[in-house]
Order: sequence, then structure tokens, then C-alpha cells
Amino acid sequence: MKPYDMPDEKGHFGQFGGVFVAETLIEALDELRMTYEKYRHDPDFLKELHYDLKHFVGRPSPIYHAKRWSDRVGGAQIYLKREDLNHTGAHKVNNTVGQALLAKRMGKPRIIAETGAGQHGVATATISARLGLECVVYMGAEDVKRQAPNVYRMKLLGATVVPVESGSKTLKDALNEAMRDWVTNISTTFYIIGTVAGPHPYPMMVRDFNSVVGVECKSQMKEMLGRQPDVVVACVGGGSNAMGIFYPYIDLPDVRLIGVEAAGHGIETGKHAAPLTANSPIGVLHGNRTYLMQNAEGQIIETHSISAGLDYPGVGPEHAWLKDIKRAEYVAVTDTEALNAFHSLCLTEGIIPALETSHALAHAEKLAKTMKPDQVILVNLSGRGDKDINTVAKISNISL
Amino acid sequence: MSRIANTFKALKETHRKALIPYITAGDPHPDLTVSMMHALVDSGADMIELGIPFSDPMADGPTIQRASERALAHHVGLSHVFKMVKAFREKNTQTPIILMGYANPIEAIGAEAFVERAKAADVDGIITVDYPPEECMQFTKLLKEKNIDSIFLLSPTSELDRVKLIIEQASGFLYYVSLKGVTGAANIDIEQVKSKVGIIRELTDLPIGVGFGVRDAATAKEVAKISDAVVVGSRMVQEIENSNKDNLIQNISKLMKELREAVN
Repeated sequence: MKPYDMPDEKGHFGQFGGVFVAETLIEALDELRMTYEKYRHDPDFLKELHYDLKHFVGRPSPIYHAKRWSDRVGGAQIYLKREDLNHTGAHKVNNTVGQALLAKRMGKPRIIAETGAGQHGVATATISARLGLECVVYMGAEDVKRQAPNVYRMKLLGATVVPVESGSKTLKDALNEAMRDWVTNISTTFYIIGTVAGPHPYPMMVRDFNSVVGVECKSQMKEMLGRQPDVVVACVGGGSNAMGIFYPYIDLPDVRLIGVEAAGHGIETGKHAAPLTANSPIGVLHGNRTYLMQNAEGQIIETHSISAGLDYPGVGPEHAWLKDIKRAEYVAVTDTEALNAFHSLCLTEGIIPALETSHALAHAEKLAKTMKPDQVILVNLSGRGDKDINTVAKISNISL
Repeated sequence: MSRIANTFKALKETHRKALIPYITAGDPHPDLTVSMMHALVDSGADMIELGIPFSDPMADGPTIQRASERALAHHVGLSHVFKMVKAFREKNTQTPIILMGYANPIEAIGAEAFVERAKAADVDGIITVDYPPEECMQFTKLLKEKNIDSIFLLSPTSELDRVKLIIEQASGFLYYVSLKGVTGAANIDIEQVKSKVGIIRELTDLPIGVGFGVRDAATAKEVAKISDAVVVGSRMVQEIENSNKDNLIQNISKLMKELREAVN
């Protein structure tokens, strides 16, 4: 079989992906693409990247057998890839470290980023502080409210956080505003996109920087069990942690790949953030073609999820592709199911997961029950849940 | 010859420059758009750029974003935009109408249906902000078959090879974005625009329009000296925003006349 080699040189995954931006951005994207091509296999660049991943991020992250939780659930054994143990508490830092090293090589003194839950913003602010770069983070005004601890964290790290008041005031609007900043300050500014969306080369580049997760899993699973898992499960908003763990497994057809979207109040209510599961139409947003939640007139509709990091109307174009070629499956779990899984992991394993990650956990729990005890589910525990305690407390009517 | 090409030809014969105001369809209210279009023509507009409202106008500054939001509050979408152009054509069959918008509303109804309906409404040109030429070859071909012009943006950052690529695809006129930024962002640097327009002119006979930073009559006058067309967007939308329904027509007509006088 031909090894998987998407995207094509123009950034297309079949009909998905591409470069759908105003002319002013084309030059900057060309420059970025050429810089990335130049360094992605460069030994000095990789040496510096691996040094940072090891000594600054704390990689490799362990895989942990959630034995008590597996027993409680009953069925397959659930293993957790502990991306929550990374510096800054999520997988996001793998990508920001990589892109920041590119920014440094391109001589750009100013970094901008968009953020939903704040994890990507924190990771970007962190690496900017370390490299002495100016950092501006765009964040939907709605998310600024529900992710207050991360907002303060970014400020402590010297970043300027700009609340975005336009549109639905969430992640998609933060992305619009970051793009507007980039087009205005193109010569001095590097835009670190945090997910596998945006115009080419971002979906490919963000995937590549995150694929360290899947690469580690392959050798760690072999070491621990002498084999690969039966199923890999990860949550999908834009889809960066899922692409990171899926990518090295794409060419192993015996390993099922399942992406878990946010069903919010339920797919049938329309208040969700699950374009793949809900069979949303194909459209163009934020520089790429993908499945997109929209009305009949092509206006992007408001999404809902308890987790800010999944509250996005589109999905990375490579996930759209993997769905179409049936290499990955996509399902969705509701706010309530995710919350239950959140509490369940806290109480049985002593791990507080992010609400985003809790969606993957909720599906793993459902799936495990249908499987045998000698089968293995590997979940990407993409982030820790400290940032979510205010949200969870509020739902439980507890004031902190 | 297209209506846009004819208009440029007629202007050239009288040594005049085209003045193209931009308004967003449905802003401030869908019932007002057609009469606003007529008023702009009566006050000196040579063509009209009519914005298709979009929920995520990534290349627009706050002024035009708000115009989109006002139009969307009245649920104005492509079907209304086509109806407005049709209604405008009942009284005016001379003035070119250019639709400007983003790819997603077009793809939502499908490129073929879009082109059919644009033709039926008698639209003359299309600017799709987030369709660089590489991503819209098929769409450009469909438009060409129906004799609708594909108007592409050129930016200060476009290198020579790209300018050539865009010229190959473009018809009607070329739209030079006068600054690095979103619509209405800042004052433009006339000298810089002049030098870039000069470079583009050596490569093509297509007329060159300039827009994105024309804030007042004085700037319009300067831009007209070095281009074939001046596009006034955010400034016009600002006038709409600052008017009420009683003085709206009067105010935009007054602004249009000021611009006309400055450009002549």
C-alpha cells in the first residue's frame, strides 16, 4: 500500500484544505511555507526542537494505564497519553515551540495567536516570554469570561490579551481578528495558529509538530504491551491533538481512529459543535475548505459546547478527508456526558482532565463497555482541567 | 464588450476616472438598498460595488464588519442581493454592478447556481475576497462563459509573478488594495501606490482601480490621478452608519457629490 502522504503541494486533502485568503496574505503564507520546507528536515532545527521538547516541555509524556477506571467501566483496558503533564498543561505547547523556532529563524519580533480555551494562548505566551518576543493573543470576549485563570496566566507571562467582541465572541471570531492583525502587520509578525485549520501550510505544519504525540505512543505501547492499541480516541474541535496522535497511526489499518466532537446540548437540538457528526455541508472559512456549520445562505452559525476549546463551527481539513476516506470515525458526546466522565476520572484516577479531553474520555467509556478486557483503548489525555474548575463549580452550584 | 469595459471606455474618451462607492446590501435596512444605489448613481457613481453580507468578514475592518452585522440582523443573504440588483435594473440598465463578498455564501448555493442567478439578475462583475486565482479557476471559467467579469485583488505584497498570474485570470478591471491591512485601516501612501500601479500598468491594458484606504475627497483626488478608478468603501459605510432613515439618502448623495467633484 502507498504510504499516506497528504496534503498535496498546494495544501489540499482531496477537496479539503487549500489557501482561501485575501491576496495580501498570500506572500506571507508563501514565505512561511518555504521556511517550513527549508527547516522541517534540517538537522540543526530538529536538534533545537527536540532539545526544547525534552527540557522545556518535559517530553516524552508517559502513557498511564487507568486500571481502576477501566475496572470500574468494565470491558477494554483504557490507557491515557498524558499530554496534561506537559509544561503549560496541554498538547498545544508541542506546536507553539515548533512555530516559535520558525519565527525566530524568520526574524519576526512579534507573535500573535488566537485562543479558545486559553491553552494555546498560554502556550504561545510561554514560548514568547522565553524567546523574548512580543505576544498578542486574541480571545473571544465570551471565552475571556469562562476561562479567567488562563487569561491571567497569559498576562503574567507578559502577553497582551485582546478580548474580541465581534460575531459570536468565541474562537472563530478570535481567529478572524488574528487574521486581520496579521494582514496589517505582516512584515513584523508571525501568526502561530493553534489548530490544524487555517490556510496551507498551517494544517500540515501544526499536525507535524503535534505528531510527536503519536510517534511516542507507537514506541511506548510496543514497550508496555508489545503491541499497538485496538482503538485510539481523541477529542476534536479544530482537531490538533487528534491529528497529532492519529497521524503516525494512519498507515496501521488495524488501529481504529475515533475523533470525538462536542454534541453540546445534543446534535438534534442544533446547539452543538460537531460538523462531522452532524453531516454539516462543505464550505470555506479561515483559509480552508472543510465541513462547516452554516445556514442555507452560507452564514456561519453559532456553536455550543461546554468546553471553549471545542466551540468551533469547522474542523481541520485533514479530519474532513479522513472521514471521507473512512480512515477515521467521528462521533459526538454531550456536555452532560463529558461532565460525567470528567468527575469519573477525577474520582477513580486522581487526574483532573480538561473539559475538552473529557469528551474523548466519555466516548472511551462507552466504547470500552462493548469490548473485551484484553483489548486496549488509547485516549489522548490532551490537557489538564485546572482551567475548567470555575466552569464545573458553577454547574454544580458551588461558588469558589 | 462587458458593461464594465464599456463604462471604462466611455470614461476614457472624456478623460474621466471611475468612481465606485461600496455599500453592503441590506445596510442599514434591505428596503433602502435599491434607492441608495439609485441615489449614488444620480450623485456621480460610475459603478456600484454591492457587498454580500457575511458572518465572518475576515478582510474587513470594524466599519464594514458592522455593516455586515446590520444586514444580517435583517437576514439578508444572496437571494436578497440578487433581488435588489434585479429591482435596480428596472430603472437602470447602464450602471455596472459588482458584487463583493466571501467564498462561503457562493459555495453554499453552488458556483453554477450562483453564476446562473447573478446572470439572471444582470450582475456585471464579482470580487471574491478569499478566492485567490489558484482556488477559483472553475468559478472564473463559469463567470467568463456568462460574460461576467472576475475582478481580482492585487496587494502591495504581490510579487511580479503573482501579478502576472492574476492578470491572466482577471477581467473588467484590477483592484489594487492600497495598503497592508483590512478595509478602512489607515491612510494610504500615495507614492507607494503610484509606483506599484506603474509596475502593474506595464503588464496589462486592464483598467486599475484603487481602494481600501480612500478616506476623503482629498485622498480620492490624489488616487484618481494615478489610477483609472477610485473605490470608496468604509467612508461611505461610515456615512450610512451616522445617518438616520430620514437623512440617509441626502447624506450619502452629498458625500458622493463631494467625491465626484474632487475626482473630476
